[in-house]
Amino acid sequence: MDLNFSPEEIAFRDEVRAFIEQNYPKHLKGKVLREDLSKEDFLAWHKILGKKGWSAPAWPKEYGGTGWTATQRYIWLEENARAETIPPLPFGVSMVGPVIYTFGTPEQKQRFLPGILSGEVWWCQGYSEPGAGSDLASLKTRAVREGDHYIVNGQKTWTTLGQHADWGFFLCRTDPNAKQQEGISFLLIDMKSPGVTVRPIKLLDGGYEVNDVFLDNVKVPVDQRIYEENKGWTCAKFLLAHERAGIAGVARSKRNVERLKAIAKAETGDDGKPLIEDDLFQRKLGELEIDLASLEMTELRVLAREQAGKGPGPESSLLKVKGTEIQQRLTELTLEAVGNYAQPFPRGLGSNEFAVGPDYAGAAAPVYFNWRKASIYGGSNEIQRNIIAKMVLGL
Amino acid sequence: MNFDYTEEQNAIRDSLSKWAAQQYDFDKRRAALASEDAWKQNWATFAELGLLAAPLPEEFGGLGGGAIDVSVVAEEFGKALIVEPYIPTVVLGAGALKYAGSAAQKDEHLNAIAGGERIIAFAQAEPKSRWALNDVSTTAKKDGAGYVLNGQKAVVLGAPQADHLLVSARTAGGQRDAKGISLFLVAKNAKGVSTRDYPTIDGTRASEVYFENVSVGADALVGGADGALPLIERIVDEANAAYCSEAVGCMRMMTDLTREYAKTRKQFGRAIAEFQVLQHRMVDMFMASEESYSMALRATIKLGESEQERAKAVSAAKVSIGKLSRFVGQAAVQIHGGMGVTDEMRVGHYFKRVTMIDATFGNVDYHLRRYIALGGEARAA
Repeated sequence: MDLNFSPEEIAFRDEVRAFIEQNYPKHLKGKVLREDLSKEDFLAWHKILGKKGWSAPAWPKEYGGTGWTATQRYIWLEENARAETIPPLPFGVSMVGPVIYTFGTPEQKQRFLPGILSGEVWWCQGYSEPGAGSDLASLKTRAVREGDHYIVNGQKTWTTLGQHADWGFFLCRTDPNAKQQEGISFLLIDMKSPGVTVRPIKLLDGGYEVNDVFLDNVKVPVDQRIYEENKGWTCAKFLLAHERAGIAGVARSKRNVERLKAIAKAETGDDGKPLIEDDLFQRKLGELEIDLASLEMTELRVLAREQAGKGPGPESSLLKVKGTEIQQRLTELTLEAVGNYAQPFPRGLGSNEFAVGPDYAGAAAPVYFNWRKASIYGGSNEIQRNIIAKMVLGL
Repeated sequence: MNFDYTEEQNAIRDSLSKWAAQQYDFDKRRAALASEDAWKQNWATFAELGLLAAPLPEEFGGLGGGAIDVSVVAEEFGKALIVEPYIPTVVLGAGALKYAGSAAQKDEHLNAIAGGERIIAFAQAEPKSRWALNDVSTTAKKDGAGYVLNGQKAVVLGAPQADHLLVSARTAGGQRDAKGISLFLVAKNAKGVSTRDYPTIDGTRASEVYFENVSVGADALVGGADGALPLIERIVDEANAAYCSEAVGCMRMMTDLTREYAKTRKQFGRAIAEFQVLQHRMVDMFMASEESYSMALRATIKLGESEQERAKAVSAAKVSIGKLSRFVGQAAVQIHGGMGVTDEMRVGHYFKRVTMIDATFGNVDYHLRRYIALGGEARAA
């Protein structure tokens, strides 16, 4: 056993670091609030990586992946977090892409994978419904076969950044008489199709990040169904396991610890000394760093399993629970660190005004409130514990 | 022992909650927040209902009540998420005048506060002071008979609505010295006072306030020169006790709303309230609300005791309520699922409010440290 990088891995790290340094768009450095980003901002780095062939490191090489080892992918994430890049959005690269290359036909792969790799096509997810959240398999959106089309009707919700999407992947019920999980199909829908309406949902941090998607007699060609009819749940489960694996966010949390330390150096503690020297703050920060080190070690173990070809299993639920708990604690500590200046509401100022208080303070409360979503999305943390209880402990 | 509210206190609670149910429901509140001056009508109502007069002395237009009356009002404010600057005006502004004001100041301002014609904001915190009440860089230099003020005050709650500012300023000593701090009551339209107004994330309004060579007369001084810190400690303790009661109102509402939601939200073929893991969390929310009420009440009752007992009880309440309200807020949002993070559900707004209460006049760490420094409850031999 050895935790150190090999000389080759160190050379790889230096190469990656230099590439980011030379190619990452300067005007996007240090952006924290997603709502400040335009569609172009979100895609800028993705497109640069697409040209380089680095937009989907986890994909098999034959589909456009990099062929990197798990360790190299880990280094890649670390370096991107370190440079605070805006990573390619997960909906294409991490979610629908792997479903397409795993379950799709050769035609579907050829049709959809290039746009995902290049960043030309923005994907969104149509999974949850108002009545189907944690209990996803109870979804009601109907797809009725008519010749070479499906006619789709229903409502999806929590569709993240769907306001920018070109295409979406949707779980729809194709057999209402089958057992819940057996009558579902996985459909790709052009968001410009007649009958698709996207309505943004305002969140408690004041931002618009998720959407309702209404499907009203939307015509979907049968060749946009991935895998067999009524077998969509297989794709859905596969995708959810992949979504959880990336959800730990270790590299980003490490970066956010650094950000928090910088804030704590700039802020004055209750006794007049820098907050970073405050014993109560130090204790919380220390505990957080230890928990993050533990999570990182666990993630590396899971990565090593993956590298051995075993794929993400129910352990990914552990990464999701612990990873999101740490992310949320980081937002709490950041909120505490900024003191009084947690209160001003930057979005209430209008976009042309300067922030109230230090630059880093304005995002602290919105991010804290927004990040409560992390223990809810991707299968709530209660559901993840159910998965571990059932699949790992056999309870 | 007696834990009963008086008839007058129950009457205040009933009339306020009845008014809020009709005139300050979620949609009306939202509209009021978006409006520049809807708060004026609400403020006039508070005067009519006697909320503003409740804790003020009878000789200056008040009803002669005290901190318990304020706690009743504050808890109802919490339940209805009322954002008008009641505590800045009635507890901080009126408090300073009540305890240290001259007869002329009391006569002029307390009567006006009781009648709803005066709103005061407490310009205390500064960009670098965090919550330290003794950390004052704003200066008031003696100039003839009066003073000249210079400096910046941070996140002054209620300042956009206020017509007067209660300002802490340094008349002697260094930035963090306990001695040398004085309080001034300054008209917001005085020459040299400027503000930058903004909403806070929970819908309250606040300002950065700038003083640039603001000349005030000697009669602007509230209490004696140089020795205002004990008075500031006192009114801030009283404000914190009231904010604790407000937080209790928020926590009770989050507990109720979550219970109702869990009973109606169905997943896996049954109401999610039937899942034991959620039942236990809701029980913990309920227990947290009850403990918080105990601590808020304890702090309120002990406001009249010695400085040390008062300060310890208030800091103890801020510590428990800061921690418990965070738990209740996070649990409430979690059990509401995705709906919990939307702007359209009330529950998230209570969560935002309790979070900002923790960031007002000292958070958990600040008050834990203060409580320990004051010696805790131990009576060592």
